Amino acid sequence: MRRHKLTTRVWHWLNAIALVVLFMSGLNISNAHRHLYWGDYGFDPGDAWLSVIRFPAWATIPQRYDLAEARDWHNLSAWVFALALLLWWVASLANRHFRSDIAVERREWSPKAWIGVIKAYVTRSKEESDSYNALQKIAYAVVLGVLLPLMIFTGLSISPGFEPAAPWLVDLLGGRQSARSLHFVSAWAIFGFFVIHIAMVLVSGPVRQIGAMITGGKRGETNP
Amino acid sequence: MTDIKRRSLLAGMAALPVAACSEIANTGPAGDLFDAVEDWHRAAHRTLAGRQALAREYAPEDRSPDIRGNGSLTVDSDYYRSQFAQGFSDWRLEVRGLVENPLTLSLDDLRELPQRTQVTRHDCVEGWSAIAEWTGPQLSGLLDAARLREEARFIVFRCADTLNGRAYYESVDMVDAYHPQTIVAHQLNGEPIPEKNGAPLRMRIERQLGYKHAKYLTAIEAVASFDDIHGGKGGYWEDVGDYQWYAGI
Repeated sequence: MRRHKLTTRVWHWLNAIALVVLFMSGLNISNAHRHLYWGDYGFDPGDAWLSVIRFPAWATIPQRYDLAEARDWHNLSAWVFALALLLWWVASLANRHFRSDIAVERREWSPKAWIGVIKAYVTRSKEESDSYNALQKIAYAVVLGVLLPLMIFTGLSISPGFEPAAPWLVDLLGGRQSARSLHFVSAWAIFGFFVIHIAMVLVSGPVRQIGAMITGGKRGETNP
Repeated sequence: MTDIKRRSLLAGMAALPVAACSEIANTGPAGDLFDAVEDWHRAAHRTLAGRQALAREYAPEDRSPDIRGNGSLTVDSDYYRSQFAQGFSDWRLEVRGLVENPLTLSLDDLRELPQRTQVTRHDCVEGWSAIAEWTGPQLSGLLDAARLREEARFIVFRCADTLNGRAYYESVDMVDAYHPQTIVAHQLNGEPIPEKNGAPLRMRIERQLGYKHAKYLTAIEAVASFDDIHGGKGGYWEDVGDYQWYAGI
């Protein structure tokens, strides 16, 4: 029995590539107008709730300011990301990956359980286990169930060509400029997850962990 | 303008699948892929929402305090300045190209046509948005009056302004040309359009980004392809910076 199903592994790497391209091309797009607003409209930096830095060229795709090419990369990766996430959800509900590995159980919704997990990490007394602990489940559930879908819905809402298909969605998000702000905030929240995710892999044996996400690994190894 | 005859919208639409494939000069495998992706987005938008689905219209009180001027903010010519001073009394809009009945219209001619007023949101490719009320005749009425020929696939908008020494222009396919909210605007918030926003005439293409909304409009031209027009990609920014011809995303 492998730790990671083939569908999970294929999705993981496809999604990783798409997210990196989306994030870095997104930083390039952000450089075109570095001000974020709430509501339907916003164009005056004086009205912005947040004005962000100009992201350096090394952090962007392409590696120079080019809004047109950044949009090409962004719009291409968006298809990969959105369709892959949709398929992941269909597969994970069908093969019970979500229910058995990720869905947070009621007893795991307690600070006591979370403190226990953190203590185990700090004292390195974490037992080898096939299943995710409470904090891992919560993190994965929030990313897969909230942040990644939010990227898709806020991204669609920014598109004037798509908007007539679901004007209610733009309303739900508080208007186009609110959707744009949420798109930005959610992207950085996912980046935060990414940093922690990488750190966890590094401290728990990166070669074995990354290998397992490629070959499938064996049951009985600790999950990152 | 007495010679208005209804022209079949369907005849123009029938040519669309061909048009979608030939619209853009390709530049290598990455360029091909990006172009294909652009087509998928456009097809998805029009499938999910319908081709004639309206962009959101707002109440007058939802308007933003201003609509920012971007790109060209004026036309640098003595003719434009003198026309601006006298309310564009000699300004003419031509409807030409692949039409049976070319038109030359004054602002008064345009004002006498049935008008559409819409409070819509202007979304710039840079990311900002502004909301304003626009008034003008529908492009579909002008095209019907000029009677498009069978081979017409795109509508090109010719402008008086130049950016970095090159003439500004833009274009749309027949779906957006015949979209009910595609108007030749001569009023912004009930007043003549200000200089920075494209006086005296600008296009409104409400389901696409701002660079498609050609300002300082001088001619509307029906064409079969973009090959012989400037850089051949259907618009100023498309030629100069490889921007997406379909700007619905």
